[in-house]
Amino acid sequence: MDQILLSLMIFVPLLGMVVVFLLPNDREELIKRVALAFTLIPLVLAVYLFIDYNKSSAETQYFVSVPWIDTFHINYHVGIDGLSVTLLLLTALLGPICVLASWRNIEKGLKAYMALFLLLETGMLGFFASLDLFLFFVFFELTLLPMYFLIGVWGGPRREYAAIKFFLYTLFGSVLMLVAIIAVYLRSNIINDVAEGLRTFDIPELIQRATVEGHALGDSKFQMWVFLGFFIGFAVKVPIFPFHTWLPDAHVEAPTAISVILAGVLLKMGTYGFVRINMAMFPEGLDYFTNGDGFLGHSLALLGFINIVYGSFCALAQTDFKKLVAYSSIGHMGFVILGLAARNAEGINGAVLQMFNHGVISAMLFLLVGVLYDRAHHREINGFGGLGNRMPIYTGITTLAFMASLGLPGLSGFIGEALSLFGAFQEFPLLTILSTIGIVVGAAYFLWTLQRVFLGALNPKYEELPEINRREILTLVPLGILTIVLGIWPNIAIDMFSKSVTNLVNIVSI
Amino acid sequence: MEPLKNIESLAYIIPEIVLVVFAVAVIIFDLFVKDNESDWVAYLSLIGIGCSLIAIFITNSLVDINKPISLFLGMIRLDGFAIFFKILLLLATAATILFSLRSEELDVRLKGEYHTLLLAVTFGMFLMASSTNLLMIFISLETVSLTSYILAGFLTHSPRSSEAAFKYITYGAVASGTMLFGLSLLFGMAGTGDITQISSQIATVLESGDVSALGVLIAITFILAGIGYKIASVPFHMWSPDVYEGAPIPITAFLSVASKAAGFALFLRFFYTGFDTPEIIQSIDWRLLLAIVSALTMTVGNLAALPQRNVKRLLAYSSIAHGGYLLMGAALLTPEGLGAIIFYLIVYLFMNLGAFYVVVLIANESGSEMIEGYRGLSSRAPYVAGAMAIFLFSLTGIPPFAGFFGKWLLFNAVISEDLYWLAFIGLLNSVVSLYYYARIIKAMYLESAEDTDIFSFSKSTFALLGVFVVPTILIGFLNIFYSLSKKITLP
Repeated sequence: MDQILLSLMIFVPLLGMVVVFLLPNDREELIKRVALAFTLIPLVLAVYLFIDYNKSSAETQYFVSVPWIDTFHINYHVGIDGLSVTLLLLTALLGPICVLASWRNIEKGLKAYMALFLLLETGMLGFFASLDLFLFFVFFELTLLPMYFLIGVWGGPRREYAAIKFFLYTLFGSVLMLVAIIAVYLRSNIINDVAEGLRTFDIPELIQRATVEGHALGDSKFQMWVFLGFFIGFAVKVPIFPFHTWLPDAHVEAPTAISVILAGVLLKMGTYGFVRINMAMFPEGLDYFTNGDGFLGHSLALLGFINIVYGSFCALAQTDFKKLVAYSSIGHMGFVILGLAARNAEGINGAVLQMFNHGVISAMLFLLVGVLYDRAHHREINGFGGLGNRMPIYTGITTLAFMASLGLPGLSGFIGEALSLFGAFQEFPLLTILSTIGIVVGAAYFLWTLQRVFLGALNPKYEELPEINRREILTLVPLGILTIVLGIWPNIAIDMFSKSVTNLVNIVSI
Repeated sequence: MEPLKNIESLAYIIPEIVLVVFAVAVIIFDLFVKDNESDWVAYLSLIGIGCSLIAIFITNSLVDINKPISLFLGMIRLDGFAIFFKILLLLATAATILFSLRSEELDVRLKGEYHTLLLAVTFGMFLMASSTNLLMIFISLETVSLTSYILAGFLTHSPRSSEAAFKYITYGAVASGTMLFGLSLLFGMAGTGDITQISSQIATVLESGDVSALGVLIAITFILAGIGYKIASVPFHMWSPDVYEGAPIPITAFLSVASKAAGFALFLRFFYTGFDTPEIIQSIDWRLLLAIVSALTMTVGNLAALPQRNVKRLLAYSSIAHGGYLLMGAALLTPEGLGAIIFYLIVYLFMNLGAFYVVVLIANESGSEMIEGYRGLSSRAPYVAGAMAIFLFSLTGIPPFAGFFGKWLLFNAVISEDLYWLAFIGLLNSVVSLYYYARIIKAMYLESAEDTDIFSFSKSTFALLGVFVVPTILIGFLNIFYSLSKKITLP
């Protein structure tokens, strides 16, 4: 019985899509409620899995493996470990929040919007749960189509450009990944140049085979090349400099809820994939880019550093509120890369925690930007001022989110970044020290924004601006609570995945 | 295995005989049918196709797929490969007839001739899929070409259609002349027309030094001109955009699917049976030549599709590109390559015909084949727009649609031969192709039309659309198609 829960969670939103599709077009309230219900079910299941998950074991749990395409040894294989259960919870949590955030501001084609959103949710949940490389890829790509339409149809003025740019960038990355997947599959049964047994797409099986003496998957040159193939696919998604230019466009044009999903979950798909595939499957390949010798050995940490500093400085220069948050996302994902590059327990734990925290905090930030935009219909930071008097509750929540994001101790953003930096400092001291510039700049742009938007004289245009309403508060409160709780007691999250991370550290420390 | 004699062979070609009988029956029947009831001619030809399909299944039960039968003293062969292609071709022809029923371009007075020609061309394609003799290869190719020329020019009132037919003939004449020359050279060198024996004969003469490898290469290149022209591979593709644009839409769909599939059947049989022995590959590496042709074909097709505004012409270039993808599999000369082509052709049949069907529907309603005519289609005809989006995404190769699984099999086959450069070119081409397919999707979903009338379609229209949509979604998930593609082999 328990085995089916995971699959149920993945496919309930898909069922929801069909149900929403069958509802009549004009019953908008009903459509929204049904969509909400079908995102709440995965949340309940995710919370159950999170609680029921056996933290003391690093084994994959709740796994189901049934043959799908026999001829090519493809299985429907899903299961969770500490890392995926955390990200599943994040995804499932953001689902209903995004439906609520879309309650009033979707003006046309509400039915199609909700149907696509539910399809997107299935893609994301399936991606984090799949343990078969082929299935993993199918779910990875399944998020592309709904995202293209959600940005392209319901987005801002330059939505067409943003949507196709997002699509082309991601597709480019994923075709390289496809080559790597096929290459891995074709070598999966070759030991000492002789084919033995069957080929496989099974991720745990591949990881295990790669460690066998003389196995073709273990060859370090081969690992380096497939590592690069996967890396580019994921780097576009994270996004890692120089593949990041689609992100600000996509974020600025996307409707609020979609920005939330984009920053909260889709970016995590990149780093999750990196951990699940690049690190666990190709430790020898990883070694080329993180062993600290010469330029190549520093390259991954260097990319993390560039993301942090470049993202932060770009954010500093923005006057569009949403673009500022988008660039700050690039900066904060840099910490994840830096932490992973360290390959030690602190770094990886920090990176994984940062993934979750960034998902929560950036979701809050985008929701808050959306609240303001729905009222003022623009996002120009310099066009506001003195809102603190007019909207005290909104100001309070925004301040919390800003503080969490800039890494104030006591709030969740701090722990992840600090752990990542601890880990990285042991391996790349100089780059880590330089990376802290990003934190300083981060504080600067958030505080400066706070000053420009909420302090000073109230812009007379906005004297009648209504306060944040109950529904909007409802979307923000769970996230706000999480940032505070995880800031004080990060072990609830870290305990979940620390065993899996220890496992990973054993694999990557060669 | 001893080839059967002429009279004994007749029992095995009942599907072909049925087609010919119905082709004649249709034209006689047409004499007695009034213009306003001319749809009955189409129904009669559909019955003919149905009978032929049943006949295939009956003869199929006579044959063991693993033991091919050689007919007419070795002229043609009946095996699993031929049976697969015959079924595929019949489905494509049936779809073409159904499209023609709905198309408003065609002149009702000529329906009898039209359907006779369609059945005749299908008969020719049957032969293409089963020929095992150089002479038979040429004859079957010509049967198909000559009937296709007339079909392409069937819009008697349209100068573009006449231009298409004229270009098709001119190009076709040169190509088949070149091919005939190549065939005669090959016949001279091998001393036999039977392609099952050619490889050993060529290997012998190459070894004895009577013939140089260059000579064989020249002969094969000339033959490739003829086959390449049928499958529209670079550099023999120039005719196809103009012909596809000028021909009636159902014929364009037919040429892009059936004609291409038959061309590939011929191509595969010729190379897989005749030229895949190690001795020959050692002296002349076809695979590299074919791989380069494949890379050029898909790149030229995709790049030329980018600026097109006419959807029909865009799909013409896209089908050149798809020919290039299929050629990747053909270039490998491996069973994996063959299996991938078989699978891809099944998928391609549904997704490409589906896309052309939407073009027919939109051309009927808005009178336009341009991308502008697709603006706001998502609100004017939501189901048709949705179906078109599925076909286009599948053509791009995006999961979960069948096109992705087809491409994946092809790339799997390519990479298993370590041709990474070819796989990269193929995949980059997929990314490029997204750009022009997405232009149609953009017009349908992201732009709005000045004219917002709702298009109304009949129930049968949606049913036929469903026939293409459902397989485009499902084929990739069903194991049966993968095992089918693995089962079909060539000796």
